[in-house]
Amino acid sequence: MSDNDQQLRVSKIRNGTVLDHIAGGQALNVLAILGIDGTSGDSVSVAMNMPSDRLGHKDVVKVEGRELSQDEVDVLSLIAPAATINIIRDYDVIEKRRVERPSVVEGVLECPNHNCITTEDEPVDSRFAVGDDGVRCEYCDTIIRDDLPAHILAE
Amino acid sequence: MRHDHIISAKQLSRGDIETVLDRAADIAADPGAFADRHSDTLLGLLFFEPSTRTKMSFTTAMKRLGGDIVDMGSVESSSVKKGESLADTVRVVEGYTDALVLRHPMEGSAKMASEFVDVPLVNAGDGAGQHPTQTLLDLYTIRENAGFDDLTIGIMGDLKYGRTVHSLAHALTTVDASQHFISPESLQLPRSVRYDLHEAGAGVREHTELDEILPELDVLYVTRIQAERFPDESEYREVAGQYQIDAATLEAAKDDLTVMHPLPRVDEIAHDVDETTHAQYFQQAHNGVPVRMALLDLMLGGGQ
Repeated sequence: MSDNDQQLRVSKIRNGTVLDHIAGGQALNVLAILGIDGTSGDSVSVAMNMPSDRLGHKDVVKVEGRELSQDEVDVLSLIAPAATINIIRDYDVIEKRRVERPSVVEGVLECPNHNCITTEDEPVDSRFAVGDDGVRCEYCDTIIRDDLPAHILAE
Repeated sequence: MRHDHIISAKQLSRGDIETVLDRAADIAADPGAFADRHSDTLLGLLFFEPSTRTKMSFTTAMKRLGGDIVDMGSVESSSVKKGESLADTVRVVEGYTDALVLRHPMEGSAKMASEFVDVPLVNAGDGAGQHPTQTLLDLYTIRENAGFDDLTIGIMGDLKYGRTVHSLAHALTTVDASQHFISPESLQLPRSVRYDLHEAGAGVREHTELDEILPELDVLYVTRIQAERFPDESEYREVAGQYQIDAATLEAAKDDLTVMHPLPRVDEIAHDVDETTHAQYFQQAHNGVPVRMALLDLMLGGGQ
């Protein structure tokens, strides 16, 4: 079964973004990172744990009516490094992109150090430098190596 | 040296360090020459945690440069008590002063505060994070007593939470130093510091007992192990007791070993050490004034 057939399982979108090749089980974290919670009224389709030649299992997210920018999707590299981004206009893929590892992610992760100033009620977003094998809080230096999804900031 | 803010020892190059220490040595040799250097300068002191040495030595340093200080006072008597954010507090106080010194109980507080102000800000301790001016006076003391060439230093005590340790360990990667870390297993260096030392190419040699390494040391830097780091009093007493030194302990050391401590001490260095030639911790504390004078002078654009 080709990727195109699988995407059909959750209806095609007319205009918007298809996030494909998300690591199996991470689709809801992807939506959380992107701040997509359905309240905008646009259609959002989620398919989880679809068979994938490349990943074994993958998730697919389709967001109708919103073209995600490279900056917006790059943060997904933390939890879905193999993700591919398809920008759709009038049912056609007009652009295919990959996520690139950003050097810094802001306002996405919560610092696990409860004594970090970013966990206080201050007008500052969390900011983590992204390294090869983890991320590091730019304020308190705390390093997170494992289980990044557990540190995604609740909206 | 030109840094707008002094937040972490990590930002200081060997050149920066030598510049500050050289200026401090000039000041120590002839304090009068610097007496009116900054006569129009007001330094704002924001101490959200108790401090004796750091606060008093910054005050002394600014006054000896001819300037003055404005002190927020204790948290209890300030608008912080009314729930004001740190970002707001520093934005208000920067309008009163030419530079700020901040101590705050949370890690990253100085870095965040520096992002909200245009005047130079000095981190005087942020939680278990960094304390770069302590490091500069520690380095000054080390350079005066043991030099920076082929230096073997042991850092002992609470290496996990001790911010003076974190700052010093970073800074020592810029000089020719072999660093040994002596602590109970539960208080070893945090992962982030270990990572940085590794990245800087510094070997991290860890010991649980001082005896194994004491005879090799040129400098022994002792820090306090705090009771609140342990689940109960008896465990604290048992562990802390293994990291206390007295004059008898030091008989195994080199004759010219320098013993340092950021102070305050409780009982980790017995009073009989004070009378030995090893003891440099009071001189170390005194060095805080010329070193902070040098740093303020350089930050405030004093003669190049």
